[in-house]
Amino acid sequence: MQYLLIESQSTWDSGSVAYFYGLAADLAAGGNEVTLYLVQNGVMTARSGAQDGRLASVARTVRVLADDFSLRERAIGPEALIAGVACSPIDAVVALLAGGAKTLWH
Amino acid sequence: MASITIGLMDPPYESANTPTAFRIIDAAIRAGHHVNVFLYEGAVGLGFSGQKPHANPVKGTTAEEEDHPNPKDWVSGLFALARERGTRLDWVNCGLCVDERGLEAQVEGARRGSPADLWKMAEASEGFLFISTR
Repeated sequence: MQYLLIESQSTWDSGSVAYFYGLAADLAAGGNEVTLYLVQNGVMTARSGAQDGRLASVARTVRVLADDFSLRERAIGPEALIAGVACSPIDAVVALLAGGAKTLWH
Repeated sequence: MASITIGLMDPPYESANTPTAFRIIDAAIRAGHHVNVFLYEGAVGLGFSGQKPHANPVKGTTAEEEDHPNPKDWVSGLFALARERGTRLDWVNCGLCVDERGLEAQVEGARRGSPADLWKMAEASEGFLFISTR
């Protein structure tokens, strides 16, 4: 099964973000193809200087993409992202939706 | 070409979710997909045709200088894009939500419906995304 999880908040916005990361990791551990797409403040956790290792842990087993527009709005260059997170246009969300991925927004 | 259904709940001018949703809809239309949008609760205000740009008396600027974007123009822009690309955009407002808020005046193309339409559109779509309020 293909899943798309869209995270619009950072771990400093809400304590529930960690649970969403955990859901992504658990779905991947269950043999599913999972993409975690970070958008809006969700990209803040992907900065290499961020003192939060939970996203880096998820990125070891889950495909993690960060919205290019949200990164530009926050002056975060692609070179500033942690390992395992790639800059992506929002077309990636559309492609997954069109491909039938089960999609959740948080 | 696929069909994608997106549900929105946030009212205009209040959430970063709204421009993100518009970006997804725009990208989907540009990719040639049919897009259904269901507006629930405050989101029915997005297509309200009575929205007006305004001046800023504190800064002493005119409405033209402020150049505030109004979501109704974004909605009309999406309809124009869909026509240009030969795809279908179905913009369905929850009728009761419209009545509660007195937002019957909508941009051309928006129509009245109910949550039953959301279910039908989702059933007939390859992709489904619902963005609720926090």
